Amino acid sequence: MASSYKDEDGHISVKKPENTAFKQQRLPAWQPVLTAGTVLPAFFIIGLIFIPIGIGLYVTSNNIKEFEIDYTGLDPSSPCFNCSQNFSWNSTKPCTCSIPFYLEQPYESNVFMYYGLSNFYQNHRRYVKSRDDSQLNGNEESLRKPSKECEPYARHDNRPIAPCGAIANSMFNDTLELFYSDPNGTKTQIPLTATGIAWWTDKHVKFRNPGGNNDNLTAAFQGTTKPINWRRPAYELDSDPENNGFINEDFIVWMRTAALPTFRKLYRIIQRRNTMVPTLPRGNYTLEVVYNYPVRSFDGRKRMIFSTISWMGGKNPFLGIAYITVGSVCFLLGVILLFIHHKYDNRNNNPDISSN
Amino acid sequence: MGSVASCSCGSEKKQEKERLLRANDRSYNLSFHYAKNAIKTSKYNVFTFLPLNLFEQFTRLANAYFLFLLVLQLIPQISSVPWFTTAVPLLAVLAITAVKDANDDINRHKCDKQVNNRLVNVLVDGHLKKEKWMNVQVGDIVKLESNHFVTADLLLLSSSEPLNLVYVETAELDGETNLKVKQALTVTGEMGDNIEALSTFRGEVRCEPPNNRLDKFKGNLTINGQTYGLDNDKVLLRGCTLRNTEWCFGLVIFGGPDTKLMQNSGKSTFKRTSVDHLMNVLVLCIFGILATLCAIMTIGHSLWEDKEGSVFTVFLPRVPDVDVPLSSFYSFWSYVIVLNTLVPISLYVSVEMIRLGNSFYIDWDRKMYYPKNDTPAQARTTTLNEELGQIKYIFSDKTGTLTQNIMTFNKCSINGKNYGELFDFSGQRVEITEKTQRVDFSWNQLADPNFIFHDYSLLETVKEGNPEARAFFRLLALCHTVMPEEKKEGELNYQAQSPDEGALVTAARNFGFVFRSRTPETITIMEMGRKVTCELLAVLDFNNVRKRMSVIVRSPEGKMTLYCKGADTIIYERLHPSCKKLMDVTTGHLNEYAGDGLRTLVLAYKDLEESYMDGWRQRHHEASTAMEGQEEMLNELYEEIEKDMTLLGATAVEDKLQDGVPQTIEQLAKADIKIWVLTGDKQETAENIGYSCNMLREEMKDVFIVAANTAEGVKEELQNARRKMCPEAAEEPSVIKARAGLFWLQKTETVRDEKVDGDYGLIINGHSLAFALEKDLELELLRTACMCQTVICCRVTPLQKAQVVQLVKKYKQAVTLAIGDGANDVSMIKAAHIGVGISGQEGMQAVLSSDFSFAQFRYLQRLLLVHGRWSYLRMCKFLRYFFYKNFTYTLVHFWYAFFCGFSAQTVYDDWFITLYNTVYTATPVLALGLFDQDVNDRWSFQYPQLYSPGQLNMYFSKKAFVRCMMHSCYSSLILFFIPWAAMHDTVRDDGKDIADYQSFALLAQTCLLVLVSAQVCLDTYYWTALNQLFVWGSLAVYFAVTFTMYSNGMFFIFTSVFPLIGAARNSLSQPNMWLTIFLTSLLCVLPVLAHRFIFMQIRPTITDKVKYKAQMEGQPAPARRLPRPRRISTRRSGYAFSHSQGYGVLVTSKRFLRLKSRSALFTKTDTALVENQPQYYRTITEEPEKSQG
Repeated sequence: MASSYKDEDGHISVKKPENTAFKQQRLPAWQPVLTAGTVLPAFFIIGLIFIPIGIGLYVTSNNIKEFEIDYTGLDPSSPCFNCSQNFSWNSTKPCTCSIPFYLEQPYESNVFMYYGLSNFYQNHRRYVKSRDDSQLNGNEESLRKPSKECEPYARHDNRPIAPCGAIANSMFNDTLELFYSDPNGTKTQIPLTATGIAWWTDKHVKFRNPGGNNDNLTAAFQGTTKPINWRRPAYELDSDPENNGFINEDFIVWMRTAALPTFRKLYRIIQRRNTMVPTLPRGNYTLEVVYNYPVRSFDGRKRMIFSTISWMGGKNPFLGIAYITVGSVCFLLGVILLFIHHKYDNRNNNPDISSN
Repeated sequence: MGSVASCSCGSEKKQEKERLLRANDRSYNLSFHYAKNAIKTSKYNVFTFLPLNLFEQFTRLANAYFLFLLVLQLIPQISSVPWFTTAVPLLAVLAITAVKDANDDINRHKCDKQVNNRLVNVLVDGHLKKEKWMNVQVGDIVKLESNHFVTADLLLLSSSEPLNLVYVETAELDGETNLKVKQALTVTGEMGDNIEALSTFRGEVRCEPPNNRLDKFKGNLTINGQTYGLDNDKVLLRGCTLRNTEWCFGLVIFGGPDTKLMQNSGKSTFKRTSVDHLMNVLVLCIFGILATLCAIMTIGHSLWEDKEGSVFTVFLPRVPDVDVPLSSFYSFWSYVIVLNTLVPISLYVSVEMIRLGNSFYIDWDRKMYYPKNDTPAQARTTTLNEELGQIKYIFSDKTGTLTQNIMTFNKCSINGKNYGELFDFSGQRVEITEKTQRVDFSWNQLADPNFIFHDYSLLETVKEGNPEARAFFRLLALCHTVMPEEKKEGELNYQAQSPDEGALVTAARNFGFVFRSRTPETITIMEMGRKVTCELLAVLDFNNVRKRMSVIVRSPEGKMTLYCKGADTIIYERLHPSCKKLMDVTTGHLNEYAGDGLRTLVLAYKDLEESYMDGWRQRHHEASTAMEGQEEMLNELYEEIEKDMTLLGATAVEDKLQDGVPQTIEQLAKADIKIWVLTGDKQETAENIGYSCNMLREEMKDVFIVAANTAEGVKEELQNARRKMCPEAAEEPSVIKARAGLFWLQKTETVRDEKVDGDYGLIINGHSLAFALEKDLELELLRTACMCQTVICCRVTPLQKAQVVQLVKKYKQAVTLAIGDGANDVSMIKAAHIGVGISGQEGMQAVLSSDFSFAQFRYLQRLLLVHGRWSYLRMCKFLRYFFYKNFTYTLVHFWYAFFCGFSAQTVYDDWFITLYNTVYTATPVLALGLFDQDVNDRWSFQYPQLYSPGQLNMYFSKKAFVRCMMHSCYSSLILFFIPWAAMHDTVRDDGKDIADYQSFALLAQTCLLVLVSAQVCLDTYYWTALNQLFVWGSLAVYFAVTFTMYSNGMFFIFTSVFPLIGAARNSLSQPNMWLTIFLTSLLCVLPVLAHRFIFMQIRPTITDKVKYKAQMEGQPAPARRLPRPRRISTRRSGYAFSHSQGYGVLVTSKRFLRLKSRSALFTKTDTALVENQPQYYRTITEEPEKSQG
């Protein structure tokens, strides 16, 4: 720690501390001081950067087309009123309702179709943890013995539930179909793509069917039972083996729980087929709903949303407005600070420090 | 070590009432199960370490709290976050502490082992055998040699020295470095080193049980039926070192843990800083806030469950048997867990680390290292650093602290001519510095090489043979009670009773009048190389009333002379009228010396008639042998002979201040620190020092002296002083009563400071202080003293020193510091908030009980103005930031609760919660607490006013805490609602989900981390490379860890532990995520920036100004040192003696000189001047009486 040597006066210096910048607290350092020269330009520059970004964001967001239909059916005049009133989990006959609507603007690019739910606490702690990720990852053992977290949806009739838990059990199961009514009266169904709606990582890493590549899902799910609220077992969600069982994308999307009680989830994609024709031309449409999902009991709302997207995602004017506001406030603050600086500057440069 | 445990278990259950042992009889002694000589200071062994250490750690409140949380988390109904979020930080904290404790204990084990394995000669079966210390048992006889440590508490049996004396150094026990004498009983001493006699010795000792009284021992020794009393003088205590004694034999009485040394090693009182106290209060407040928040959450929960939860049961059924009240109850505890980070677990550990680091800086500071005796500064307590930045009152000892306790012969006036000053050609006085040429004394072989004098003319005068000058130095060489020691030819050492005397004799020695040796009847001096032996006829000793001392000598030529030195006032009365003219000139010189703060003595002589002398000596002999009225008769005789003397001149001795003392005091005064001097010294000396170190100044409006001898008198003097300083002040002191501390249990009374125009000084002596410290006068004393710029208390006992400190502590609620070097300062060092010991001088006692130690008083300004200020600044910044970062972090959960049904759902990922405090934000804040400095040390010295924010508690107080809370509230609102608004209903650029819980968690935690990093950047003034590394490193580590934990690999390995697979990849690739992060951080940082800038512009603090100046100018201009103006004063300290009775009797005592001739007494071979060790003499003078009785 210390070196032993004799200094000029011949004193022995065994314990003399080392002369290093660190030990003597002389580490070279940058000592920025808040001066008018640094603070004021910072405010102006931030203002100048934020406002254009904000405008850009706002314009982008405004250019996104969005169309929303609430089909909960609370209003007696609503086509789905009947379905919403007569809901029962046990009814075998699905209730359908069709909602006509008119698109005033044509949708040029790919259109994303979302379903939105309100007042649905997908972020409730007990709800969020009510799943078994091992089971969903195809783990055989978890398939037979779902985790305790799934209670009370872990077992039913002495058989393990696959997929277990409250999230899976409450999976959104309305079927939405879209029909375009030609001006000449013909109704054509618009093809909806059901794949490519989940995160790649979810589809390929997080979710896997039990039994690996076994094509026979029915066998893989042998011995398990379907979630109580489901009408079909997991292995019958889709005919496409790549979109069935746990890797059914509708299921995956649902399992990605929302952060807030009002949320939307991607349902289908309407691909643009022809570069010449808009994906959804202006005109009359009908939304055919197979009304399975009860939300009325907890004051929930169900919506269907069409949206186009941009580089910054869906329609959300908030960021743009926020950037413009913050930029302007910064600029204004800069001006105020400049004024204050002008008025009081002499104080800071007062050489007589001890006068304080 | 095991032996201690095993043998103590049997015996120590019943209290030992009396100890009985027999020499050389192991089997007999073993029957009592006395402790062996092995010691064990270590706390743990390999097996007990874990349980004991854990138990100790959990007795700390913070750890217990987190253990409680951990237990809560294991209850499934409550657990809102996985167990590891608390367990990992707790384990980290426990591990760090455990490692530190283990390291300490290993050191203790090593130390024990080393001590236990020391070898000592033990008499076994008639032979001396080397044995390890730990195998020595009670009743064994051991042989010690010079410089050996004493093995155990021994009864001294015999020694190599005459009269069976041994000399021991007791520095380890009581800190005194001087030797003490112990003496064996004659009956055992007769055995000498006769092994046969010793091994057949069967003495039985019956004595008191083990205790911790170092100065007492009671017992008796029975040999062959004869019983002899034993006292402390016959016992060698463990911890002492044998010196100057060839060998000695001792009988082990107490071994190992029973020794007085070990019995004394109790726990010392634990000091805590005011920031600690505040922190405790704040933590308590935080608990309150936590409870409130949780209560709000509980209410929210029950409302939600009632309204929403009850209908949402379709998708989220209730847990069976849990109704709304019960679930609300659970929710309360769940939120306790979620919001627990309000009380930061790593706070205490980080605080300790920062304090430790700042203590190391003190140890490492080269500017507080004293090369002359190789002493670096030392932070002996590592937990008080920030308190150093808040000192309001300093209590200082004088001798050895302000002064060096070295007297130097500085000037003299001989026959009306002044020597000792230098003048240049124009007649201007030249300042004497280190570099000034010194007078060369090499012609004189016996000269003291350490003696420094600058005025050549004096030496020339002496060499020329000037009779007055020669008489002057002859007087100095003859008239004293100094003992010489000449180990080798020409190597003289003086043992002086007072350092002043030593200085004078040394001066004479260097000017060619070397005091060489003395016998009771003669004094031999070398007068300019010629050996002269004078007959010493009488020593007219010094005492407090006489204030002078004389000797009467007969020169070889037969001339008889009386030489006298003493206080000017006393001597002047006894001079022959013919000296009138010389007296006037000398008085002028004396005034000058006094103005320089020197201690003066006047010298005079008188030639005596043979015939008169014969008669006088006859009467003197009668008087000194008289049974009654001896003292009065002697005094009369002295008065008779000491008159009509001829004035020779005057000496001026400098009580050398330590280097830089006046400058330091001036700096500290500028920093608004009040300095009180508490000294055991006389009033004159203290006053003198007060002037010479610039505490008392001629231009002060008044210096009050309180020296009354009654309580009423003291009261009156104090009141008069107060009324004079501040006539308009109320008679009754204004006392602010308040409550403070934990639960506001502590009542405090604060006496308000009163403003006074102009500077005043107060000097109060010991008698008056005793009255003034009484209950009814203490407030009066405090008020008056606090109005004065300078307070000097003299003739103060150690207890009074502590009382004064307590008084200020009690009524001023200010932070106090006591600095001293001697054993008499220990009480005040312990009483003050911070004790500082001056090391390397009188002994170690003060240092051992101090919190900080260094070698020179002047280092105090660096300790306070630089280290203290920085430590305080750092600690406060650290705490403010730490609370900010944790509140901000935690409150986001609170806002989220309103959107998740008060279900105790966390905003962040569990692993983020686990690592936030311990990894992601740990290092930048540590760097802030270790490296930050507002301005560098040179600017700190330039503007001592920078110190005042600490005294006013400006950087961290309850107010600052509330501000910090509000700032956190704002930040957390931004942190939650900006991401909320930005994420709400948003999708990725490929239309997929991004408003999911996991992405939101990731966004919120990234925003938070970026924000707290930005905030630490804003708080850092001093950007070292390490700061940069830590800030950027933490962010990098965060992203690295996040991407790793959210990677496929981790998910496959621990599927259920890392469910956030892909969240980082999927959301951090989105531009609007980054735009949100950027916006959030800026929104939090910009208001702070604007606020700081505005305040700097409108109301710049002193720190802001100096920082600005430092920015502009770089380094401060070196301060010019003005030579201090010459003062002339009529106030002088009259005499240069110690205030105790002189040693005249001893000097002429034959016994004393016989012993002395062995030259065993004087061991200190370095400067004789430093030592003032009356103990040597005292013990020996008592000795003959005892042997007679």
